Amino acid sequence: MTLADGLGDITRIPGVRGALVVSRDDGLVVADALMEGVDGHAVAALAASLAARMRGVTTVLGQPEPVLLLLGGTEGMLLLAPGPSGLLLVAVAGSEVNVAELRLGVLAAAGTTF
Amino acid sequence: MRAIERWVEAPLQTFLAESAARVTLLMTSSGQVVAQHGFTRSLDVMSAAALGAGILASTAELARIMGARPLDAVVHQGSAVGVYLAGFETPRGRWLGLVVFGQETSLGLVQVFFARLVADLALAAPAAEPPRQVLAEDFEDELNSSLRTLFGR
Repeated sequence: MTLADGLGDITRIPGVRGALVVSRDDGLVVADALMEGVDGHAVAALAASLAARMRGVTTVLGQPEPVLLLLGGTEGMLLLAPGPSGLLLVAVAGSEVNVAELRLGVLAAAGTTF
Repeated sequence: MRAIERWVEAPLQTFLAESAARVTLLMTSSGQVVAQHGFTRSLDVMSAAALGAGILASTAELARIMGARPLDAVVHQGSAVGVYLAGFETPRGRWLGLVVFGQETSLGLVQVFFARLVADLALAAPAAEPPRQVLAEDFEDELNSSLRTLFGR
């Protein structure tokens, strides 16, 4: 499956405003499928930073790296799935999204894309 | 952080806090330093300003030879630190930014917050002052004053 296929599987979920593949080390966009008005560069940079900090937390706790991170806001959420290849799959969704469907979609896309 | 012009301080302080950059230098396209953070010696800042301006001038010429638009930014990524060098327009003319960052941040964050710094500087810039004659007897005083401002000596 290509990166575009993986992103397409996520953006087909109702309520999703975009999905990105991000380089974990430098927070740059590798591939994206975003609705107009979503600042992909900012999302990529902040998502990579968030993932790095959470990786630090789990390392300190002696736990394995998380497979999924969810950052919820009042108007939407970010779902992050770190991959083994130095990449990070990120989904941006509004608060109307079905979280369970999005969670499954992101995990499935991460499993097949990375 | 030290700045020659006070209106640069707030946008630069915000950038430093959000990007976690280790060293930042703002200068005019001719290499005149406007603000700096992280340098402790005037020799270092003058060298960095000259080298940064030279690198961007070289890449602009390279782009011209290739028939491309001038490159906006140059990144040197090392294993421990990275250098982000970018030119941008301000109400006071074209300026250059040189940012040194470590592993506590990322190139993506530096890029995002640098873009915000550019926008904040455009909003904060006061109306341009009319150019005034530079007198030889004033030049040394002004140079020394600028160095004192940048290095607190």
